[in-house]
Amino acid sequence: MKNINWFHYAAPQTFYGLAGKAWPWFAVLATLLMLAGMWLGFVVAPTDFQQGEGYRIIFVHVPASWMSMVIYLAMAFWSVLGLTFNTRLSGMMTRALAPTGAMFAFLSLWTGALWGKPMWGAWWVWDARLTSELILFFLYLGYIALTSAIDDTRRSDRAGALIAIVGAINVPIIYFSVKWWNTLHQGASVSLTKAPSMAEIMLWSMLLMALAFWFYTVALVLYRVRTLILLRESHATWVHELDEVKP
Amino acid sequence: MSGGAFMAVLRRDLLLAMRRKSEVLTAVFFFVVVAALFPLGIGPELNTLRLVAPGVLWVGALLSSMLALQRLFEADYRDGTLEQMALSPTPMPLLISAKLLAHWLVSGVPLVLLAPVLGLQFDLSVDALLTLTLALLLGTPVLSLVGGIGAALTLGVRGGGVLLSLLVLPLFIPVLVFGAGAVEAQASGLGAQAHFSILMAMLLPAAFFSPFACAAALRIALE
Repeated sequence: MKNINWFHYAAPQTFYGLAGKAWPWFAVLATLLMLAGMWLGFVVAPTDFQQGEGYRIIFVHVPASWMSMVIYLAMAFWSVLGLTFNTRLSGMMTRALAPTGAMFAFLSLWTGALWGKPMWGAWWVWDARLTSELILFFLYLGYIALTSAIDDTRRSDRAGALIAIVGAINVPIIYFSVKWWNTLHQGASVSLTKAPSMAEIMLWSMLLMALAFWFYTVALVLYRVRTLILLRESHATWVHELDEVKP
Repeated sequence: MSGGAFMAVLRRDLLLAMRRKSEVLTAVFFFVVVAALFPLGIGPELNTLRLVAPGVLWVGALLSSMLALQRLFEADYRDGTLEQMALSPTPMPLLISAKLLAHWLVSGVPLVLLAPVLGLQFDLSVDALLTLTLALLLGTPVLSLVGGIGAALTLGVRGGGVLLSLLVLPLFIPVLVFGAGAVEAQASGLGAQAHFSILMAMLLPAAFFSPFACAAALRIALE
């Protein structure tokens, strides 16, 4: 394999072009996959004999929870990269990821509550997974609050990177402590684990939705990074020579 | 030589804290007041109070340490001492660990000493009081160590105090879970040994890594 010069794309100027070419593709793919997943999940998949129609919310709920965790990992990854190589783009990537991650965490909590009310008879139980998802949401909010409170972009990127890494180290500790805390108290009267064998069609639908959320995230983050690049590089000449910027 | 610097920073911070007693005492009294408010809110049922006591005292300790954390680097940041520390040939994490230790001695130890007294108001048994005190002794240093990172990051930032709580409180959850859980485990006859081990397992890595993370955060703030 020939060496690809990854650092070439670390420059905001070159990445701006790449992201501009890539994001519409991801957006189209996300839309197609989401339509396919929704069709499978809401039309083709049979009604569950125990949970009725209400179970269909897992086609949104589960992929959203997955994404909320993946995005936090991605933020930690870009933060490590940013602090070690001192690249400006990493900070922008982390910042572009955070709102989407917070949105997915919130979506997962919201859909979980909607699912929990008919199934468990409660909007909220202090289950380990619910609690740790809530804390993950708090971590996103903390990151966003910190980075938006610091005006100097360099400082806010680096401070945000540090708190993202500290948070990522803490996520497993928080998860296990909440889990043990939950088992120490009386066990949850309801279990989140579903019937062991999920119908194949439901699994496919869920996977399609998960892929759709992935592509949606990539498309949105690339778009957001382009905006951030324009904002931060507005003093550079190459920005003023862009077709979309030229008056 | 670095040992000398460590002791010097420690002594200086303790001396400064002694000269400004009111600042130290505010956080401590906050703890006392918060603990006294809960029975008023919940009602004087001793059975209920005994149940909630560990949680109430731990949450009180968390909030009171939030108040104390805001002052951890503030004065040194304003008068330039931190810059001198960053420039000094002594490794910055060492100096920071002296500051963190001083901070814990001033803000954490009073909480540990007060907790049994407040626990009496909640009608805790002697056994539970001992467990609570020991858990606080192991847990409060973690609060200072992890909170120090947040305090360093929010240095001189708009709305720093509220921001600090938003950043740091979620990270305190494991300490809260096992700290308050220790008392409950003791009361239910399981023994608090496992909880103490886990608290210690949080304290040791935090004591090692936190000064480095704090130093990195301070360098970002000082740029």
